[in-house]
Amino acid sequence: MYHIISIKDFEREDIDNLLARAEEIDTQGVYERSLEGKLVALLFFEPSTRTRMSFASALARLGGASICVDSVEGSSIIKGETLADTVRVVSGYVDAIVLRHPREGAARLASEFATVPVINAGDGAGQHPSQTLLDLYTIRQSMPLDAIDVGLLGDLRYGRTAHSLAYALSHYDVTLHTIAPSGLELPEHLLGELKERGMEVIAYEDVSDILPSLDVLYVTRMQRERFPDSASFLNVAQSYRITPEILTGVKNSLIILHPLPRAGEIDPRVDDLPYARYFEQAKNGVPVRMAMLQEVMGQ
Amino acid sequence: MKQTPPGLLVSPIRDGTVIDHITAGEALNVLRILGITGTTEECLSIATNVASKHMGKKDIVKIEKRELVKEEVNRIALIAPRATINIIRNYLVTEKKGVEISGILRGVVRCPNPGCISNTSEPIESSFEVTAAGLHCLYCDTVITKDITSHII
Ligand SMILES: [Zn+2]
Repeated sequence: MYHIISIKDFEREDIDNLLARAEEIDTQGVYERSLEGKLVALLFFEPSTRTRMSFASALARLGGASICVDSVEGSSIIKGETLADTVRVVSGYVDAIVLRHPREGAARLASEFATVPVINAGDGAGQHPSQTLLDLYTIRQSMPLDAIDVGLLGDLRYGRTAHSLAYALSHYDVTLHTIAPSGLELPEHLLGELKERGMEVIAYEDVSDILPSLDVLYVTRMQRERFPDSASFLNVAQSYRITPEILTGVKNSLIILHPLPRAGEIDPRVDDLPYARYFEQAKNGVPVRMAMLQEVMGQ
Repeated sequence: MKQTPPGLLVSPIRDGTVIDHITAGEALNVLRILGITGTTEECLSIATNVASKHMGKKDIVKIEKRELVKEEVNRIALIAPRATINIIRNYLVTEKKGVEISGILRGVVRCPNPGCISNTSEPIESSFEVTAAGLHCLYCDTVITKDITSHII
């Protein structure tokens, strides 16, 4: 794959290959220094310190070097010229571009004008394929992506990580259980798309209805601004909060994921339970991004 | 009810295009899509809510001295998926074009998502893939499912 823009561009085979490569990197330390001499621009037009550090770390571990443009410099570029011009110019300086941009579709546009590979590191409310790939990688570490029950919990209407993950999981034999407050369910068009792709999707309002059957519980952020007032937000947030108490009776093999940072969706007391995998998940960002950089730079 | 022959409503043209089987009520939108407004020169005949055996009611538009090209025909497909297009030369139908809902529409529809990169000063045209669910923005993944006419540029 030359560019990595959207998880929708991936066939199942592409995902499997990439995850297998990440695993080789992770467990056998292969590809060390394989991008020696390669230079990559990390163009960040909006702040995302973790994603940037994770890509920088991935690149350094492969022996490559990065030029960072942070959000402050990035925003002054935005004022001056089009993104199309920026990526055309930057293409002349580096071997690949990792782009973070506030506008949806920015990475697709960049790939049309760049003369080097582009990796999408998040474009507005749009795609963020490295997040989805590391989510899949973390699930795959614990169980095969086959005949499993995955619960998505939280704001499923606006949460892009949940959308991309749901789409990616539809390549596999996965039953999807969506747990969201009314008004924040999966968008209709996505639901239609998933069903068309043969995925079974079952909706719940109450998490305890399905928790005992789940193999994976993926928790996403719930944002205050989606609710009319603080009281109704706190009320909903409280009833969707994952606590050790609510987890009694779950499968021993359950894993709990969260894209982080969290804001109260998961009680810190859950961190010590065997189900918690979100810190592992964040750490997995490095081998997965190493595999992505490896993939686009044709090694 | 007996069907009224369209010929009685709209007289034949010598050279130009006849767009038949337009979804009833969409004739004026068809003209809008084609960029035909009150200030253009084309000689037009429009019939709306004509009784149709297959469609119940339909609209018909005849445009003299203008032959529609494929791209224009495909824009019409967005709002009148059953339309048929006859190119007329010297009173005879020389070519029939069915509208085709397929492929990619560039620069035809504006993305309704204000956060979409195609709604900025970038040097690109909006790009939509025509799917069964509606029009899918190739930049931001927004899907337009209804009221497509209001998004036409
Ligand atoms: Zn768009």
